Amino acid sequence: MATTKTPDTLRRILDYSSRADPYPLYAELRETPVALQEDGSYVISTYRELTDILHNPHLSSDVRNLSHPVEAFERSGTPSFINLDPPEHDRLRRMAMRHFGPPHTPELVAGLEPDLTATVGSLIDGFAGKEQIDIVDDFAYPFPVTVICHLLGVPREDEPRFHLWVNAIIDSIDYNPKTDPKERLTNGRQATTDLREYLGGLVEQRHGRPGDDLLSRLANDDGPDGRMTDDEIVATANLLLIAGHETTVNLITNGMLTLLRHPQVLQRLGDEPGLVVPLVEELLRYEPPVHIIPWRASYSDITIADTVIPKGSRIMLMLASGSRDPNRFHDPDRFDPDRRDNQHLGFGSGIHLCFGGPLARRETQIALNELVRRLDRPRLVADPPPYRRSPVLRGPIHLHIEQGDG
Amino acid sequence: MTSADTLKGFKRDGRIVVVGASLAGLRAAEALRDEGFTGSLTMIGDELGEPYDRPPLSKQVLTGWVPADGTKLPRRRDIDAEWLLGVPADGLDLATNHVHLADGREVPFDRVLIATGVRARPWFVESEAALDGVFVVRTREHAESLQRALAAGPSRVLVIGAGFTGSEIASICRERDIPVTVAELAPAPLVGALGAMIGEIAADMQRAHGVDLRCGVKVTRLEGDAQGRFRRAHFDDGTTIDADVAVVALGGIRNTDWLRDSGLAAGVWGIACDTGCRALDLNGLITDDVFVAGDVARCPNPIYEYRLISLEHWANAVEQAEIAAHNMVSGQADRWPHLSIPAFWSIQFGVNIKSVGVPTFADEVVVTQGSVADRRFVAAYGYRGRVTAAVSFNNAKWLDHYRQLIETAAPFPPPCPTPDQPADMKPVPVDFPGPTLLAQGATVVVTGHDPSERRVTAAWQHR
Repeated sequence: MATTKTPDTLRRILDYSSRADPYPLYAELRETPVALQEDGSYVISTYRELTDILHNPHLSSDVRNLSHPVEAFERSGTPSFINLDPPEHDRLRRMAMRHFGPPHTPELVAGLEPDLTATVGSLIDGFAGKEQIDIVDDFAYPFPVTVICHLLGVPREDEPRFHLWVNAIIDSIDYNPKTDPKERLTNGRQATTDLREYLGGLVEQRHGRPGDDLLSRLANDDGPDGRMTDDEIVATANLLLIAGHETTVNLITNGMLTLLRHPQVLQRLGDEPGLVVPLVEELLRYEPPVHIIPWRASYSDITIADTVIPKGSRIMLMLASGSRDPNRFHDPDRFDPDRRDNQHLGFGSGIHLCFGGPLARRETQIALNELVRRLDRPRLVADPPPYRRSPVLRGPIHLHIEQGDG
Repeated sequence: MTSADTLKGFKRDGRIVVVGASLAGLRAAEALRDEGFTGSLTMIGDELGEPYDRPPLSKQVLTGWVPADGTKLPRRRDIDAEWLLGVPADGLDLATNHVHLADGREVPFDRVLIATGVRARPWFVESEAALDGVFVVRTREHAESLQRALAAGPSRVLVIGAGFTGSEIASICRERDIPVTVAELAPAPLVGALGAMIGEIAADMQRAHGVDLRCGVKVTRLEGDAQGRFRRAHFDDGTTIDADVAVVALGGIRNTDWLRDSGLAAGVWGIACDTGCRALDLNGLITDDVFVAGDVARCPNPIYEYRLISLEHWANAVEQAEIAAHNMVSGQADRWPHLSIPAFWSIQFGVNIKSVGVPTFADEVVVTQGSVADRRFVAAYGYRGRVTAAVSFNNAKWLDHYRQLIETAAPFPPPCPTPDQPADMKPVPVDFPGPTLLAQGATVVVTGHDPSERRVTAAWQHR
């Protein structure tokens, strides 16, 4: 049955008061795997149903396939591939991937490793003499931002400008017309326009000047699919810049928080750095940076768990709930870096599987290993820490720690 | 071995012999140790050297990118086994539980796993097969010598047989800018595995890449020069072609000859077993201590009317190995069935081809997503109104959806539309060249009248 037994579960999940621990509410939600909401949208929260629908070719990421347009999702300018369906999605993603990973650029992430380690090292050097360290502001935010700027070819010194834009955009992603002031949406819109204009300027400079950064490569590509238009390059860069900003920061911060809550695991990681590989996978399951895909659309009727989701419906995917589904994961609320068969939904699944996943993994592995190696008896100052507003891209806004004898 | 104590004792210090030291054998051995088997483990293999992976042999090894000895299988754990390599097994005695080796040695066991796989079907005239420049591709050594021959820059390569291996080799030749002729008896490449519609697409792909593709012809003779070097091939339509290299890609022969007197249900199609990978004897009775996995296993699949199906797929070997290993050290109540949906992949002419299900178990096929002209699409196969398989060209990420349709016996053709709508959505007959799942000649005779006397005897044929 689609009708949920506890109709306000979703509302409570979205409410800020549950941000520190939404997991009991996810369990409540999973009692109805496919839950019809009052506004006609559907919420999917169980692992099997989530993977089924993520692989279903009738699921659309194109906002035009929603029968009741939602203002917050409306297109402003050329969409990036995250908001497109095949074949356009495939073409644009393929053109971007040519410069980002296998088969054409298989060495990219491995080639970045010395840079990643150096960046992490100098950020940790900066902890010296601090009474309290904020893992977010002093480390987990600047690290991936430095990396994505370097990769894209965005000048690092412009960071304060686009930081504000990115924040405003993220702030509007989970806009709720019933409870949120219209201003949030307007600010997000304006920020999108400003960021795109800024990126457009950079792309223009790159034409005819092939460099090593992604913007130059996209602007001068001569691959089998031809070249992206400038609008498409801007949309792609916009996506990668935001995703590069707002997801890895949560993964690293959630990682440190989780380690500090599991001192034996922290100790073990110090002794066996190789543990970091399965540990980050478990982190992606246990405390993922992206909790929710706020909307997808049914392109035609979709039957899932005996429920027919009519064409044009809005579908919300509760990925973090699926990764805690006891029907899929044994003892799902336990953080177990030795877990086997750990096919989590931390990076999603299907054709929209996280584009930057391999980079995010490596960044987080290096970050956690170095933090554990170099911090001296780190301790949480407050548990739970204060959280960011968003239930979608969920993570602490600050994570204060102390170390040594301080 | 029924009581819990006996099983416990067997797990602690029993003797397991694995015949076949390739993918299925190695993965089974690792799984046995994972399952807590601490007894003695013996690995028997006819090839020398460590277990290696075969898919790259017709791909990355032939381009010269990966050296032939660079395809060793990763070891997932220490298996603490005794390795008897370089000598094939040539008999199995189930009265005394011994494996006989070709050099006369006898290896005792409590339980045995048969994973002897497949060997390449050689060219049917021995003297012609022995010509310099005539190759098959199954082992590391085969791939290495063919790679050397390709690197020498032959004037032309003839590939005999346009199944997956033959097509992949033709693709490598074009990638290396070597002229290549492909000869196929069927009307198109891949047609035996994927049917006429996909076969035509594969034919277009080959021709677009400059392959001289000749379908509906049979190679009748391979001609050598005075030095015993392959020079020319003759076709049954009277034509000839000059080439320096001939690759015989006519599929495989299952390595069951050594089981001829074992009393097992072994034959040209493999060794029949149940879904728990326990071998059947000639009479169709289940055995307790003989297990089968990999290319040589012939296992019933409930999804496909419980027909016995043998698959030469990488993933099938891995999955069966794990099921067999688990069942070898588990009691009856804890046994697992091997029920996964078959899947395989190929890469040729720049296209990733992937399939789920059993495409030969179908009467209709329809393109459901994408564009055939752009070589990126998914086609679904149906049998009497339900989905039984799917194949993708450069669109593999969707196949999980089709796997689920197969598992749930979803209606065929699948409902439309999807955002990436093909131009033509009409199912067409699947059109395989012959009955691939039905019997082609008897392999046994039945004797006796009284139920206690009825027995099956193997009727071995020369092939």
